[in-house]
Amino acid sequence: MTEPSQGGFGLYLHWPFCQAKCPYCDFNSHVVARIDQEQWETAYLAELDRAAAETPDRILDTVFFGGGTPSLMSASLVQAIMDRIRRNWRLSNSLEVTLEANPTSVEAGRFQGYRQAGVNRVSMGIQALNNDDLRRLGRLHSVEEARRAFDFARETFPQVSFDLIYARQDQSLAAWEEELSSALNMAADHLSLYQLTIEEGTAFGERMARGGLKGLPDEDTAAAMFEMTQAMTADAGLPAYEISNHARPGAESRHNMIYWKGGEYVGVGPGAHGRIVSDGQRYATETHLAPGAWLQAVERQGHGESLRTALTKADQGEELLLMGLRISDGVSVSQVQDLLGRPLPYSAIKQLSDDGYLVHDGDRLRVTGAGRLVLNGVLRELLAG
Amino acid sequence: MTDLSHIRNFSIVAHIDHGKSTLADRLIQSTGTVQDRDMKEQLLDAMDIERERGITIKANTVRIDYVADDGRKYVLNLIDTPGHVDFAYEVSRSMRAVEGSLLVVDSTQGVEAQTLANVYQAIDADHEIVPVLNKIDLPAADCERVAEQIEDVIGIDASGAIQVSAKTGIGIHETLEAIVKLLPPPQGERDAPLKAMLVDSWYDAYLGVIVLVRIIDGVLKKGDRIRMMHNDSIHHVDRIGVFRPPMQTVDELGPGEIGFLTASIKQVRDTRVGDTITHEKKGADKALPGFKPSQPVVFCGLFPVDNAEFEDLRDAIEKLALNDASFSFEMETSAALGFGFRCGFLGLLHLEVIRDRIEREYDIDLITTAPSVIYNVHMRDGEMIELHNPADMPDLTHVDHIEEPRIKATILVPDEFLGDVLKLCQDRRGIQMDLTYAGSRAMVVYDLPLNEVVFDFYDRLKSVTKGYASFDYQMIGYRQDHLVKMQILVNDEPVDALSTMVHRDRAETRGRAMVEKLKDLIPRHMFKIPIQAAIGGRIIARETLAALRKDVTAKCYGGDATRKKKLLEKQKAGKKKMRQFGKVDIPQEAFINALKMDG
Repeated sequence: MTEPSQGGFGLYLHWPFCQAKCPYCDFNSHVVARIDQEQWETAYLAELDRAAAETPDRILDTVFFGGGTPSLMSASLVQAIMDRIRRNWRLSNSLEVTLEANPTSVEAGRFQGYRQAGVNRVSMGIQALNNDDLRRLGRLHSVEEARRAFDFARETFPQVSFDLIYARQDQSLAAWEEELSSALNMAADHLSLYQLTIEEGTAFGERMARGGLKGLPDEDTAAAMFEMTQAMTADAGLPAYEISNHARPGAESRHNMIYWKGGEYVGVGPGAHGRIVSDGQRYATETHLAPGAWLQAVERQGHGESLRTALTKADQGEELLLMGLRISDGVSVSQVQDLLGRPLPYSAIKQLSDDGYLVHDGDRLRVTGAGRLVLNGVLRELLAG
Repeated sequence: MTDLSHIRNFSIVAHIDHGKSTLADRLIQSTGTVQDRDMKEQLLDAMDIERERGITIKANTVRIDYVADDGRKYVLNLIDTPGHVDFAYEVSRSMRAVEGSLLVVDSTQGVEAQTLANVYQAIDADHEIVPVLNKIDLPAADCERVAEQIEDVIGIDASGAIQVSAKTGIGIHETLEAIVKLLPPPQGERDAPLKAMLVDSWYDAYLGVIVLVRIIDGVLKKGDRIRMMHNDSIHHVDRIGVFRPPMQTVDELGPGEIGFLTASIKQVRDTRVGDTITHEKKGADKALPGFKPSQPVVFCGLFPVDNAEFEDLRDAIEKLALNDASFSFEMETSAALGFGFRCGFLGLLHLEVIRDRIEREYDIDLITTAPSVIYNVHMRDGEMIELHNPADMPDLTHVDHIEEPRIKATILVPDEFLGDVLKLCQDRRGIQMDLTYAGSRAMVVYDLPLNEVVFDFYDRLKSVTKGYASFDYQMIGYRQDHLVKMQILVNDEPVDALSTMVHRDRAETRGRAMVEKLKDLIPRHMFKIPIQAAIGGRIIARETLAALRKDVTAKCYGGDATRKKKLLEKQKAGKKKMRQFGKVDIPQEAFINALKMDG
């Protein structure tokens, strides 16, 4: 992976603020009374200049505004950032610029501005098509409002995706089936369908630890929901191209593919991670997590980076395998093995293939539908030792 | 040397947390035995494990000088005794070394199980017993009720119970006066041949074995040549002294006194608790009654989780054995587990203590195999084999019959729990020998197979009686029964370490319980795993552990790669705590937990 172009080159920009913290969310998001968008603009632009100086000669394939809730950014801030990006890098002819948006009317009001700034794909956090569950998930929008915002996005942007969370409290297989089919009728070209994961350090995590989070589906039901999701999306022409991501062929998130294919990406903003290659060495970079600390670091030290780790070849091989097996393309065995510096355990590959979890086809190794459900187990077997 | 009439020897009987250690500390402190600046909390508790489990494994002792209200100077010797049924014999020896006991009861809690087990030991030893109600400074204290309870439950007069707060110091003076006035002085003949009872012993890296003794008759001096009466071994006494609690050497120990000797003894196993020590020349001709060498009754295999740690394990076991004569070991090899040790223990608590110490003090992760007792296997050719390990069970076609060890179990239990206790004993193949009442307490005596008791009987008993039962047992010999070896097969491969001997009539029930437990204990794998119990070639119980159904991370983007990799590292470390049998990883704790019965 010393060739920077292999897997593509993207830029991730993190906006760390939300209007409310959702109880399931363990992302780097904060709720504050007032945000000085100009101060943030100055810091982002400084970091974009620093990132560009480190990655000359790259052709930028994708930009991703993530969060947090990036649709809380003013259109002029997004415009300023995009202008600087265009100035700093050579751009791919098919540059993909994604922005994560909450599906409320307030935010829809900024869609035009985002589009003018160059955003050509939005990913909307709808999360549920059921008002009771939206409230339980701590979301501030209603189903009606979400549908209106979605329709407006559909008119505004060439590509629209939305997220749903399933395997929620008290959700039956039949209820999910109904919800998913109405989601498929909304004619998005990309869907991210996540099983609810209870993370430590979230409000749900604390309730779970206290025994208070009732009605979550058991392992078998959750598995059945996952399998049904695979089948229904495939039938609707949006097959899974990654564990939780579904798209019409050609409408995959190219930015996220960079992560899964072991490409190169710079991370800008609080808590943003990057993988960049410098003098033939691949590094993992991290920035200060807390918004205030990041701002201060950028202003006073001239950069927001908090950690830079040189990745060994073996690290890179493990990362490539654990990211690459998530996508339907899978990984190149020879590439993984070259990086690992050792062969993958043949007996494990054979066993997992015989049991129907893996397909080993020429140089490609990919997981089957059954294998996707137990990918962590597959990885444990492949990386054991 | 002190005149007999000025000596008082006593122990303290108490339930855990009722304040035994604090009271002992306060007695030591208020008499100036230890200067305030040297005072540490809980002087007598030595090991972490003892403190955590609320048990004492080794006897501790302290000599206190006390000038009483009558103006005379007394020597008070306190022995702190082990407090668990596994060490019942050791407790009984410690109790025989003193004439009285303080019965300490928390005035906010009342009498509890451990109090009872030990107070009966004290009564057996003909102790004068002084009730002490502790923690009277707390608002919840109810001295009247607790005193009544002592009279009802234990059957001793508690009208003169001393009210104490060991924490604030209230009643400490009264306690010291009661020891002097109420407890009898020891008896003994200074001019008679030496008879000293060996109360306990332990190994010290600098001094060799330290022997705690109570002088019954005669006088022990530095330089004496002494004889251990159980094996006639001769030793040269190089040091004698007392504990205050630090060691202080003295010139001699006379009748009624408690102290220590060292005699360049290398191994604790040369000094047996309860043995009589006398002089090489002009010694006593009769030993003190009641000596019995301690015999391991429970056996299990200890294997390192990581085979590379075998030598470390050997080292740890040898060091622990230096200080514990009742613990035996020999090397064992198992097809599945590799090299380890077959170890013998006094009981299950003893087993757990040793295992915990190896894991904690020597940092070795262990696999403990199913505990077993010693079976007498009578072969058709007339030969008799002592079977310590079910894995060594000979081919059935050559076996004529099998005998198993039985115990006489005595259980004291409040009336309301009697039904549960009887059911527990019946479930464990017990035969009732006696049932009598003492007040609202029942005393039941059962003839029970030891193999039904070694594992979790005591835990179950405590649980069904909410801790209010006391339990004691003694071996009563062997009896023939219909016993079979039950094997466990995981993914169609027998796992030796899980083999057990069971009664034929119970095999199905036990087998079912074990495979169900294992189904919960073994993590799901990528493939389904049959778990079976078998006798000979016949499957008697079967469960299937379903294949892993869902284990996948929903979200994994640029920032998650690092976190995901750490998770995998953690899982890899977790896998090292398991042992692989064929393709199946079995966690180390599964070997013991699979045997725990819920009923």
